[in-house]
Amino acid sequence: MNKLLKILYNCRKATFMIEKRMVKPLTFQENIELRLHLVTCGVCRLYIKQSQKIDLMVKQILKNTPPANIRLDDDFKKELKVRINNELNKS
Amino acid sequence: MNDQHAFTMDNKEIIAERTPLKPHEWVNAHADYLYAYTITRVNNEEQARDLVQETFLAGLEGMHKFEGKSSERTWLTAILRNKIIDTYRKKTKGLKILSINDTEAGETEFFWNEEGHWHQEHWPAHFGIDNIDPLVNKEFNHILQRCMQKLPALWLSVFTMKHMDDETTDTVCAELKISASNFWVIIHRAKLNLRACLQKNWM
Repeated sequence: MNKLLKILYNCRKATFMIEKRMVKPLTFQENIELRLHLVTCGVCRLYIKQSQKIDLMVKQILKNTPPANIRLDDDFKKELKVRINNELNKS
Repeated sequence: MNDQHAFTMDNKEIIAERTPLKPHEWVNAHADYLYAYTITRVNNEEQARDLVQETFLAGLEGMHKFEGKSSERTWLTAILRNKIIDTYRKKTKGLKILSINDTEAGETEFFWNEEGHWHQEHWPAHFGIDNIDPLVNKEFNHILQRCMQKLPALWLSVFTMKHMDDETTDTVCAELKISASNFWVIIHRAKLNLRACLQKNWM
């Protein structure tokens, strides 16, 4: 397989460079390889959009107030209260 | 503190300044919140419970250090955040050098081995995430969280650190003590799997 074909076919490497590019500039060579790849690869072009969207969503979730439907179980809470009270009485 | 200084502070700060810690009420007031905060960052219920407990105990010990500059909850969350990063660090400790060319699980299922082309059954397809706001769409939010929980602990650690605060890659690598190349390999694998999980469960 010649070098150009290798670049055009290698979605594994392309997605790797896509992830990197979202954070920092690629090297000159990486940049050219990725651009070449994307010209012909619609699947990886779609991957870019979805990957960016996922990053946004994950950030939103982590920055937002955690979901209220997740609760610590009551028995553990009772034990925690006892523990805290014991510690407070010690001092 | 002189009156003039107090006068220039905004109301919020004055209230916080006057609010003492109420450890007797911590469990009722903050335990669920802290637990939910943890479980979105650590995919292990038992460990999450332990971290909440450790946070309260560390809070009790450090009560004298509370300056009232933030709310009680913000203060406890900062303690918890450091504890979570400690657990991440333990997971990345002694990590071997990873490479994009590794043939182990993580990415090989998505691509042909030799040329690295997508397996057709794993092609990214449109599945309608473009216009979804996970904070509004609870069902999608739930799936996203579940897909994150499915990531191996190490990947989730690195992936979460990357998105948790707006820290640079260098800072994340330094805090987790991992090399930049391992960072990229893990982020790549985590994202490939997360994306595939979303497509599979949302379509």
